[in-house]
Parts: sequence; structure tokens; C-alpha cells
Amino acid sequence: MNHKNETPEQRKYLAKRHAASRRFRWYGIMGLGIALMTLFFLLGTMVLKGYSSFFQTQIQLTVSFDKTVIDPLGDQSAESLARGDYRAILGNALKRVFPEIKSRDDRRQLSKILSDGASFQLQDLLVSHPEWVSTSQTVWLIASDNVDMWVKKVVDHDLPESQRRISDLQAKWLAFLETNNQLRLRFNAMFFTSGDSRNPEMAGILGAMKGSALTLLITFLVSFPLGVASAVYLEEFAAKGRWADFIEVNINNLAAVPSIVFGLLGLALYLNLMHLPRSAPLVGGLTLAMMTLPTLVIATRASLKSVPDPIRDGARALGASPLQVVLHHVLPLAAPGMLTGTIISMARALGETAPLLMIGMVAFIMDIPGGVLDPSTVLPVQIFLWADSPERAFLEKTSGATLILLAFLITMNALAVYIRNRVERRW
Amino acid sequence: MVGKNVNYSFETMHLEASKSITPPRVKMEAKGVDVYYGDKQALEKVDLPVPLNRVTALIGPSGCGKSTFLKCLNRMNDTVVGCRVTGSITLDEEDIHSPTVDVVQLRARVGMVFQKPNPFPKSIYDNIAYGPRIHGMTRDRTELDQIVEESLARAGLWNEVKERLQEPGTSLSGGQQQRLCIARAIAVNPEVVLMDEPCSALDPIATARIEELIDELCNKYTIIIVTHSMQQAARVSHYTGFFHMGELVEYDHTEAIFTNPQQERTKGYVTGRFG
Repeated sequence: MNHKNETPEQRKYLAKRHAASRRFRWYGIMGLGIALMTLFFLLGTMVLKGYSSFFQTQIQLTVSFDKTVIDPLGDQSAESLARGDYRAILGNALKRVFPEIKSRDDRRQLSKILSDGASFQLQDLLVSHPEWVSTSQTVWLIASDNVDMWVKKVVDHDLPESQRRISDLQAKWLAFLETNNQLRLRFNAMFFTSGDSRNPEMAGILGAMKGSALTLLITFLVSFPLGVASAVYLEEFAAKGRWADFIEVNINNLAAVPSIVFGLLGLALYLNLMHLPRSAPLVGGLTLAMMTLPTLVIATRASLKSVPDPIRDGARALGASPLQVVLHHVLPLAAPGMLTGTIISMARALGETAPLLMIGMVAFIMDIPGGVLDPSTVLPVQIFLWADSPERAFLEKTSGATLILLAFLITMNALAVYIRNRVERRW
Repeated sequence: MVGKNVNYSFETMHLEASKSITPPRVKMEAKGVDVYYGDKQALEKVDLPVPLNRVTALIGPSGCGKSTFLKCLNRMNDTVVGCRVTGSITLDEEDIHSPTVDVVQLRARVGMVFQKPNPFPKSIYDNIAYGPRIHGMTRDRTELDQIVEESLARAGLWNEVKERLQEPGTSLSGGQQQRLCIARAIAVNPEVVLMDEPCSALDPIATARIEELIDELCNKYTIIIVTHSMQQAARVSHYTGFFHMGELVEYDHTEAIFTNPQQERTKGYVTGRFG
């Protein structure tokens, strides 16, 4: 091209073209920037609101395990210990710290700084330390959710007394305990080791985590082999034609069906027809498997399609049977894409709530599921349940559970990337 | 069809022009082969004998059906949707479409090299060993090693890759990749090797190496090569078939095709007037 012959119009047009590409670049950068900001905002608020749920306020008391009170049958059996009046012991212990409190009303207020779970805590301690009967021990006990919120300064200390759950008197006692080093914030092990509870300070995520893991396991075991087999058949073996088109259109439509519809299907099929147990990870997993199957088939077919035909031809020309072509050449090359598709569908299944509501996984379940037939809940449903609870302390639990869910997702994705890289390295 | 001049027997050909004195045996033979893609007819009444241990070149302009014909010979057309082949194609006088012929076995006997080098994304060793492995040709590793070495040596690649057999086949240069594909095809010890424009993606030096190789290989294998380059056909082949518009216009000794074509169309094509 001869620059001397360039007309001003041409030059102007060229400048316009360059400006357009620059603009396009900026749109991209701006879009990315907004996406990143939103992500950081989301993660930031979650972490800020949620991290405190990993800590718990504890109160130190010296408890004397009076044998007549805690062991009414006198044989120190678990049954006998379960009948003990631990509230009385706790009341006495508190009385020793605050001997000046005399009125019934104040006493009741005082007892409220401890969690309802404190008596269970004492009982558990006794079961593991039978030698403590008839002795005095200094133990750390869980504070109530209101105290917890107060100590974490989630509630404004300057609010008028009528608008807060901690009275001026209780605040004074807590300050006293704090100066005596009888009040501390510790890692909340209970959050990770127990199931749901009506008391926020005793509610844990383990039940939901196990429920999610079991549900996802079922989903994977059902949808992965079925999805891959269907995709391989449709892509590599089935005759192309009207039927194949019909099936393809239907699979695409199924992938677009709202998830709650799959919930209804699960309800009708697994609960009403097959009489499988309600709220069980087995049913949840089967329902989610139906939901993920179409997406999985589409993703797998796309990755099978991306395997170049010359590879198939090369193998076929050497006399490989159709199955050998698929097993030896197509699947290994399609594996990274298939894995990505699987993980994405699994991640979607992990975050799914609506279909599980239909099959009863929204129930309040305190026990940690031991198997796929035990009633349980899953992480997103647990988040939904906690977000719905009126207690202030459930707010941080909600964020905490969301963080756990995110951690689950990130772990899964990281695993997917790792596996994909491993598989890809072997070309 | 007008003006076909296809000789069925080699004895009537100009044998004195051939590189061999004894008349060659027919290895494969097509008789009245029609190929349809859906409603469209791609090949019409093709009769073509393929002589044993000779190089047969198929030339013609793009879309004339020469590649289609090549793919019929090892039934690679089977998987093409809507493709229908009629007429008879024989390998050692046995119809390759007869129900007694297993297509998997047929492809072990009739190997193929493609236009673009298509090594598997595996190691050089595994590329060669794949065929022998799936056909259960070896009993142990040493036998397999031997086949790999022999095949690579025959394809003239052994000295270049013997130090790096475990490297990916895709790491080789284009010409080396194509020789790797040839080695892969001959590793299963085929009787016929089909080559579909094996040099069209290669530079002149790599092309020269492949042509040399074809020359050496025809002692052991029957080779059919589709090519766009008339010079290449003239250089490497003993027999040449000229395809035009889905029909085999002329088939004869290569020398005869290029120096004394009987058909106007052949003459026009080889002298560069069309195509």
C-alpha cells in the first residue's frame, strides 16, 4: 500500500476503525471491572458478616457437681445423669459469682446469660469425666445468643435499654465477668460439629454439610454415568436423522425447565410412587440428578464434538472398532471438557434449593444424617431456614453457612481445574 | 458415458513402458462403482484395477470424486451420513462389501494416510504401537518394540525419533508427522496403503522425502495415491487414473497418460488447459 496515495477520507476511516477497537477494549475492561467489584463486594460483606459465626462467647464458672442433684439414682449411669437438675447447679454457680443478687427477677435475668445448651454441656462433661461427681470444677460454658451478640458488638451498646435484648443489669454483669477474665470469645467448634438447633448459639452446619455431600454423591453417581453414556451414544453411535434431532431438541428443552418442576417430578415419582423416605439425601440426589442430566449431556456432547474428526478417521483407518475409537481416542480428548461440564452441573446442584423443598428437605432436622436414607437438609436449604429465623444471632449464622457453601464450591472448582490439568497433561 | 478408455487387463497395456517386465497381478478392483451422497451422484460407473505392488495415482480437478473413490476402497464412507456405494470392489477377488468381510479387518488390510497429518495426541511410540495393539499382533513388549522400530525405519523416521519415542507425536514437524502416519499405517502390516493427497500440507523438501518413501514402500505394499500435483503423479506412480466430474475418464500407464493421452479431457488436464 502506498501511503502517499492515501486520501483524507481513507485516513479518517482508518482512525474511526482504530477508535472503535479501542472503545471495544474499554467496554470489556469496564465489564470485567464491574463484575470483579460485585464479586469483591459480595465476598467482603459475606466475610464481614459471617466470620463472627465461627467464634462464640463463653463464660467461666466454677460448678460444684453435687451428687444428689445431678445423680438422682445414685449409680452414675448415663440414665441417671440425664435426669440431673443441671439448671440448679448452674444457678448455684452463678450465685457464687454474684452473691449480691437476691430478687427472683434478677436471678432469672442472670440465668439468661447462659445458653440453654449449657446444661447439656455439663451433662456431656460428666459423662466423659465421671470422676467429677461430688467435686468442684471450673468450666467454660456457652453464653446465650443475646450475650454473644452483645459481646461481638453486633448490637449497638448505646441503644436505649428497651430496644435491646440485654438489659443494663445484664450488661453490668457481663462487664464484671470480663474484668474477671471469666468471659472469652473462642473458636466455635460447635458450629462445625452439630446439627441445626432452635437456639442460634447451639446451631451447627455439620448436618447440612453432610446432607449436601451425600446428596451430591448420589447426584454424581446417577447423573455422571448416565449423562456420559447418553452423550457418547447420541454423539458417536446414534444415526443422525429426525429422531436424533427430536431427542436433541427435547434435551435442550429439559435443560431449560425450571428446577422446581423437577422437584415436583421427584415428589410424584420417588415419594408418592416409589415410597422412598421423605427428606432423604437419596431422594434429593435422585431429584437433582434428573435436573443435572440434560446440562451434563449437552456439555459432554459439546466436548465430544470438539474432538477433531481426523483423530477418529485415523483410528478407524487403522481398524479400530467404533467402541475402541471412542474409548481410546475420543473420550480421553473430551475428558477435560466433560469434567468441566460435570463440575459445573454439580456446582449448580449443590446450590439448588427449590426442588429439594418439594421433597421435604426443608424440614427442621437436628440429627446429623448417617446415611443416604436418614432425613437431612442441605447447605442452601439450611441458609434459607436460618435466614428465615427471627433471632438476631441467626443472621451471622446465615452468612457463616454461605461462606461454607462458597468454600465447598471453590474446593469443587479447584478440584475440577486440578483434575483437568492432570488429564490434559497426558494429551 | 462417452469415450471411456479403460483397460481391464494389464497385458494389453504398454508393458514395455512399465518399470516391471512381468505383468502385475490385480490386487484390488472396482467394477461399476457408483457412489451417491444423498440424491447427488458423486461417482458413476467407475471401473479401475489396482495392480499389486505398484503405485497407482488418481488425479483430477477438485471435486472430481477421486478422494471419494479412495475412501470406498477401505469403506471409510460407511460412516458418512447418506453415502451409498453400489457396484463391486474386490480385494484379492473377494468383495469387500460381502457380509463375510469384517470392516475392521478390511481396514487392517487396507491402510490409509490422510491429507493432513493426524498423529494421535499420544507419544510417538504409542502412535505406532496402537494398531498392532488393537489387533493383538504381538505377544510381548519386545515384539512390539521391534514392530515400532521396523515401521519407523521403513517410513524413514527411525533415525530422527529413536531418541525421543516418548515425546508426543504432535511435537514433530509436519513432514515428520506425515511419515509418522505412514509408519502408523504400515505397522499393522497392511496389503494396500491408500494415500489421500499425503503431501498437500507439506513443503517441497518434506514432499520429496514422502515421494522417495512411496517409491521404496511399493516393493512391499500396493499403493494408491490421490494427488493434486500431476508432477507428483508422474514422478511416483506406475499407473494413473484421471477422474473428471465423477467418472474415470482414462486409466493407463502413467507414461501413457502424460505423453499420449487418448481422451481430449485427459489431454486438456495434463497439459494444464483446465482443472
